[in-house]
Amino acid sequence: MNDFAELLDRLAFEPRRNAKLRLMEDFFRTTPDPERGYALAALTGGLSFRNAKPGLVRALIAERTDPVLFALSYDYVGDLSETVALMWPAPSQAGTGHNASPPRLADVVEGLSMTAKTELPGLLARWLDALDETGRWALLKLITGALRIGVSARLAKTAVAGLGGVDPNAVEELWHGLTPPYEPLFAWLEGRAERPEGLVVAPFRPPMLSHPLDEEEFSRLDPAEFCAEWKWDGIRIEAVRELTLEGRRIVRLYSRTGEDITGSFPDLCEALIAEDAFVGALDGELLVLRGGRVESFNVLQQRLNRKAITPRLMQEFPAHIRAYDLLGEGEEDLRPLPFAERRRRLEALVARLAGGRVDLSPLVPFASWEELVAARARPEEAGAGIDAEAVEGVMLKRRDSPYVPGRPKGLWYKWKHDPHLVDTVLMYAQRGHGKRSSYYSDYTFGLWRSGPEGEELVPVGKAYFGFTDEELKELDRFVRRETVNRFGPVREVVHTGERGLVLEVAFEGVQQSTRHKSGVAMRFPRISRIRWDKPPREADRLDYLAGLLPREGTMKTRAGKT
Amino acid sequence: MQARDILSLTPAGLYCPLADVHIDPLRPVPRALITHGHSDHARAGHGAVLATAETLAIMAARYGEGFCGTAQAVRYGEAVTLGPVRVTFLPAGHVLGSAQILIEAGGLRIVVSGDYKRASDPTCAPFEPVRCDVFITEATFGLPVFRHPDAAGEIDKLLHSLTLFPERAHLLGAYPLGKAQRLVALLRQRGYDRPVYLHGAMERLMQLYGELGIALGDLRKVEPGGRESLGGAVVLCPPGALQDLWARRFPDPVAAFASGWMRVRARARQRGVELPLVVSDHAGWDELCATIRETGAGEVWVTHGEEEALVHWCTREGLAARPLNMLGYGDDEAEAEAVAEEAVAEPSA
Ligand SMILES: [Zn+2]
Ligand SMILES: [Zn+2]
Repeated sequence: MNDFAELLDRLAFEPRRNAKLRLMEDFFRTTPDPERGYALAALTGGLSFRNAKPGLVRALIAERTDPVLFALSYDYVGDLSETVALMWPAPSQAGTGHNASPPRLADVVEGLSMTAKTELPGLLARWLDALDETGRWALLKLITGALRIGVSARLAKTAVAGLGGVDPNAVEELWHGLTPPYEPLFAWLEGRAERPEGLVVAPFRPPMLSHPLDEEEFSRLDPAEFCAEWKWDGIRIEAVRELTLEGRRIVRLYSRTGEDITGSFPDLCEALIAEDAFVGALDGELLVLRGGRVESFNVLQQRLNRKAITPRLMQEFPAHIRAYDLLGEGEEDLRPLPFAERRRRLEALVARLAGGRVDLSPLVPFASWEELVAARARPEEAGAGIDAEAVEGVMLKRRDSPYVPGRPKGLWYKWKHDPHLVDTVLMYAQRGHGKRSSYYSDYTFGLWRSGPEGEELVPVGKAYFGFTDEELKELDRFVRRETVNRFGPVREVVHTGERGLVLEVAFEGVQQSTRHKSGVAMRFPRISRIRWDKPPREADRLDYLAGLLPREGTMKTRAGKT
Repeated sequence: MQARDILSLTPAGLYCPLADVHIDPLRPVPRALITHGHSDHARAGHGAVLATAETLAIMAARYGEGFCGTAQAVRYGEAVTLGPVRVTFLPAGHVLGSAQILIEAGGLRIVVSGDYKRASDPTCAPFEPVRCDVFITEATFGLPVFRHPDAAGEIDKLLHSLTLFPERAHLLGAYPLGKAQRLVALLRQRGYDRPVYLHGAMERLMQLYGELGIALGDLRKVEPGGRESLGGAVVLCPPGALQDLWARRFPDPVAAFASGWMRVRARARQRGVELPLVVSDHAGWDELCATIRETGAGEVWVTHGEEEALVHWCTREGLAARPLNMLGYGDDEAEAEAVAEEAVAEPSA
C-alpha cells in the first residue's frame, strides 16, 4: 500500500480541487484491481476497522523505543501516528520480517477483518516493518480512523468517473449497489464491461442544488417565470420506495451527499413502507413535527445527535418529510420534466398518501418581487402560519426547470441571507390603496447628513409593508397626530432631532441612483421594527448606506476618471 | 591536559587558547578557522582566516574580496601547525568545501564536525570519519524522527509531479548554498536534462559552483516578465520566495520545498508547502548515531539543534556527553534569508 500512502500524503498537502482530482485519477488509472477499489473505499469512508485503538499503537512503539526519546519526539511532532511512523526502527537483519514485501491495501483490509484481537499486534508490527515511512503513516491513520486529507466522498467518485469520462452522478446512482473493491465499476469505466445496472434497489439520485440569489441577477429575473417555496430549516432528504422483483417493499432514505441514513429513521421508514400508493423517489426536507407544527432546527438536532434510536426518542421527536419534488414514479424518470409538471405529479401523489408522515411544501403565491419580499419578511402571514419559525427564506424555482443534479446555473435560487438593517426617521406618510385606503400606510423615511445649516434629514426610501395590522393602526394614529404639513394625499410628520418616529428598515442592498436626492436607492426596503423608544437624533446617517454601495461600481468610476 | 584546556566556549564561539584561534566565530576575531561557507559559520570581518579554497571562494563571492585581513587556503588532509597545535581539515560532506576540523594537542584528538551529512552528494567530497577522543557534533536533526530517505526517491516525486501537472510551474524552495546545487545535480542524475530556472538570489552561488568545476547543465535566469511562460518548468528559489508575490506570477505554481524539516508534516503545512521533499544536507538521527560510534570518541559535545535527545542517547551508550549551548548557529534557514537579502541589496548587473 505504499503507492496508496503516497497518494494520501500528496492529497493532504494539495489545496486545489482540480489537482486533487488529477492525483486521484492518475492513481486509479495506474493501480490494479483490487488495490484501487479498496483505495476508493478508503477515500469514500467505506472502510471501517474497529480493532485498532491508539493504545495498541502506543504499546507497539513502547516495546521498540527508548521512552525519553519517544517523549521528546512525540512532543516535537505532535501526532501519534506520524511519530510512530517516523520512529519505527528498521527491522533487525536477523528478524524474519525484514525482507517481507509490503502489504497491499487489500491484505490490510482482509487481515484486519480475519485476525483475532490477540494476534493483531503481531500482524500490525509485521506490516509496519515492511512499509516505508509514508506507508506506515497511512496505515496508522487508516486503522485509527484519523484519515483527514480534505477529500470528500463526492470528490473521490468524481475522480473515478473521470476514468471513463462519465458524469459523476452516473457513478453516484450506481454507488449503493456496489461494494469494495468495485471491480464491475472499474470494468465499466474502462470500457471492458457493460454498466453494472440492476444492482441497486432504491438508488440514490444526486440532488439538484440552488444558487444564492445574486442582487445583480435578481433584477433581470421575471417573476412570472418562477415558483416560490419556503426554504425550510431542516435537512435535505431523499426518500426512495421501490418493490423488488420478488415484490418486497424497500424504503431507503438518503442525505444530500448520498449517505444512506435509513437506519436513523425507523419511524419514517416504517410509515413509508406502508404507503402502497407510492413507488418512486421524493425530494424534500426532513423536519420534526409536533402537534401539527414544524419545530426549529435546534429541536431537529436533538434527534439527529442521538446515536441510539429508541422508541422514546422517536416519540419525542417524530420525523417528517415535507416534500417539494418528485424525481421518479414507478418506472418513470420524472427528472427531465419541467418543475411545474413534476409539482403537479407530486401534489397528486401526496394527496394519495395516507400516513400523514409526508406532506407538501406549499407554494408561496406572488405576482411581483415586492409581494415575495413581503412574504419573505412575514412568512406567518403569507401562508407559513405557525411553521414560520422554521422558515429561513424562500426558494425560487423556474417553472420550466428540469431536475438537474448538481448546481446548475439560472434555474433554482435560495434567497436566504439576512437583510441589512438601518434606523431611519419617518418624514412623510401617504394613504394606501385598496383595503388600506383609509390608513396612512406608505411611509417615506430619511437619514441624517451634514447640510449647510447643520444636521439635516434626507429622504432615502419608501416602505409600505413589513408591519402587522395592529402596528398599522398605531402608525396611522401617529401620522394623524404629528402632522406638520399637508400636500394633497401626503402628510409631512414631525421629524426633528428630538421629536419624531424612528423606523428600523430592512433592505436587501443599495445601488447608486440619480433619481433619489440622497444619491442611493435601497432594494426592497420594508419596516422591520417600529422604534417608539428611540429619539430621532440617534437614527443612522446617510454615510452608512453609501458605504454599502457595490465596490466594483466605485472602482469603475475611479478608473474612468484617470 | 584535558579537552577543555584545548577548546573552550567563549561568547565568540569555540576557542583554542593554545593556538589563539576561534572556530566559526560569531563575531570578528583576529584568527579564525572556518568549517564551511554558510553564513552562520562563515562571517566577514576576521583578521586571518584559514579554510578550504572553496570555502574562501564562497566567502569572497558573498562578502567581497576584502572579507578578511589575510586568507590562507588549506587542502583536505593537509596538516597545519599553529604553535603547539596541529590542525587538519577533512571533508564533511555538507556543501562544497565543507570540512571537519581535527585539532591535535597534548596527545588528544578533538574533531569539530561543523555541519555534516553521510548521504552521497554529487557536489561535494564525502564525509570521512576520523578517530578521535572528543567529537563535537552538530544535532540539527537530533531526534529519532528525522530519518532522511534516499534523495533520489524524493527527486522522483518532483519528476512525477511534473508529468502529472505539465502545465504548472514547479517552484522548488532550497537553500541557495549547497542544497540548490545538489538538487540540480540530483535532477541531472535522474535524467532531467531540461533547463532549470533560477530566482535572482540563486544565480551567483550557482555560477560559482560552475567556476569551481561542478557541472550543473543548462541553468537559466527567470527573466522579469517571463514568469507566465514557465509552465512545466522547475524554478529554484530561496524558501522565503515561495510565499512571495513573486511566486504568484507563475502559471498555477506548485510550491515544493527540499529540506530535512519536510519530514515532519506539520512543518511543511505551516509553510504552505504542497510538495515537500525530504532532502537534507545535515545528518539525520541514524547518521548522527552511526558517526559518533565510528569516531570511537569517548566524549561527545553536542552543538546546535536538538541537543537533549542526542545527549541522552550518548549517555545511554556509555559516552560522556554534554550540550554546548551556543547561540547564533541556526539551521540553514538563516542562511537562505541572508542570501535573499543580499540579492535585494545588490541589483544584479
Ligand atoms: Zn551549514
Ligand atoms: Zn550550521
